[in-house]
Amino acid sequence: MSAPWRRRAVVAGVATSDYPHLPDFSEHAVHAQAAQRALDDAGLTWADVDGLATTGFFPMYATGVAEYLGLHPTYYDETNAGGASFEVLVEHAAYAIEAGVAEVVLVTYGSVQLSQMGRRLGTGGGGGAAAMAPGPAIYDALWGNTLVGNYALAARRHMHEYGTTPEQLASVAVTMRQHAAHNPMAQYRDPVTVEEVLSSRLVADPLHKLDCCVISDGGAACVVTSAERAADLPSAPVYVLGGAHATSHHLNLSAASDLTVSPAAQSGPLAFERAGVTPDDVDVAQLYDSFTITVVLTVEDLGFCAKGEGGPFVEKGGLALGGKLPTNTDGGGLSACHPGMRGMFLVVEAVRQLRGQAGATQVADARVAVAHGTGGMLSTGATLVLGREAP
Amino acid sequence: MSGDGRPGDMRPLPAVPGERPPKPRPAPVPEPEAAEYWKAARDGRLVVQRCDDCGRHQLYPRARCLACGGPVSWVEASGRAVVYSYTVIRQNYARPFRDWIPYVVALVDLDEGPRVMTNIVGCDPEAVSVGMAVRARFEPVSEEAGIALFEPA
Repeated sequence: MSAPWRRRAVVAGVATSDYPHLPDFSEHAVHAQAAQRALDDAGLTWADVDGLATTGFFPMYATGVAEYLGLHPTYYDETNAGGASFEVLVEHAAYAIEAGVAEVVLVTYGSVQLSQMGRRLGTGGGGGAAAMAPGPAIYDALWGNTLVGNYALAARRHMHEYGTTPEQLASVAVTMRQHAAHNPMAQYRDPVTVEEVLSSRLVADPLHKLDCCVISDGGAACVVTSAERAADLPSAPVYVLGGAHATSHHLNLSAASDLTVSPAAQSGPLAFERAGVTPDDVDVAQLYDSFTITVVLTVEDLGFCAKGEGGPFVEKGGLALGGKLPTNTDGGGLSACHPGMRGMFLVVEAVRQLRGQAGATQVADARVAVAHGTGGMLSTGATLVLGREAP
Repeated sequence: MSGDGRPGDMRPLPAVPGERPPKPRPAPVPEPEAAEYWKAARDGRLVVQRCDDCGRHQLYPRARCLACGGPVSWVEASGRAVVYSYTVIRQNYARPFRDWIPYVVALVDLDEGPRVMTNIVGCDPEAVSVGMAVRARFEPVSEEAGIALFEPA
């Protein structure tokens, strides 16, 4: 039980930018649109913001975004954990609020990856600058592996140890597309079948094109403040019940001890313990779906099923509306939007579910949600447990 | 396609007039603590670090033993390994890799313990399997470095 005097961190506002294709936007303009909408949603103004959390691909990134937005924050954070970054940034923001060193932290993300870099980065890139890899990254960089290839190695090992099938992996993509059909902004909305996933071309065995996330433009933002401050604000606050993050390796997949276990196996139990809930208490989940295997590993590692049973779990509709763990109710990175580091979108959709604002994919009476980001080459994991009610 | 067309043969194609010349396999810029590792592979030997205190083997090269923090020395490895996992890369826009497609990227567990990233060569990609026994073969990539590829044992 928390002490009665303890400040509680809440998410008071959320928004996405327009997506998935923003040819007329700069990366920073995407930040600005998402941030303005999140502040509007929170009923706050730029003048209320004293903290900024964001990350991108350049050092001093948060400082640059602050400059662009005209902010002069006394709390800033740009922890980069790849796709898991924004769960870490919200966790940190919650600590800052609870410590009393910040009042209103804007967490924002923007990307124009699709417009600027084209469609190559996710599925085909990697390895071109192998010999330039910094420091120890050289050891896995000389072999022509790709980003997809790293996840394919994990998928192959999971298939070997647990009998997971390509059909089971494909079922993740099928369910995400079912959810995307209800999201008017989703990049792809037409239904797909398991057979269509399996007949899409192989990018890196055993992963097909439709086992891979889409590549998009887009951004998202949220506003973290204290429950006291949120009491006067228009939207129902969503409590940050607990968070935790972990890492198993960086760019060298050879340094990961077990490819069938992701860092979620560390961050998940810690986050649930800090939140005072168990996986059984979770009503809805937003799980980073960079690739279909990512979701299978994550549902196992977060304890929604036993290790090795992720394949049957997803194949039997565990992720679908009405299933055991409705997941990625906006269509996820596999169908709706994946601009490179999708973690902020996970928080936005989790908050909308807890507010009852998720539209056609609303999970009835959702009280506890999990947002889990996975970054790098299954390198990082960050779990946020969010709740509708004060702990 | 590359080499003589056998999958896994990554020797560059002879230049064809009007085509860009094949790009060589990338070479590392060795870190000081790893110079011996790359040099040994240049000479056709696979070396691993062994802890002077606890005897554990490790790669990639580090300043101290990951298990106990003890000092490490180089020892020659057998070159024998088994495939821990593998994938067949069928899309990569970066040269020289795109010229090799399809090719096998694998993680292999050396008999001494360490796991390394590599390519499996000398066989059809479809013939590779998890648990397959493989052995090292070497390819020089610069004056100061070679790399260990693996082929069926």
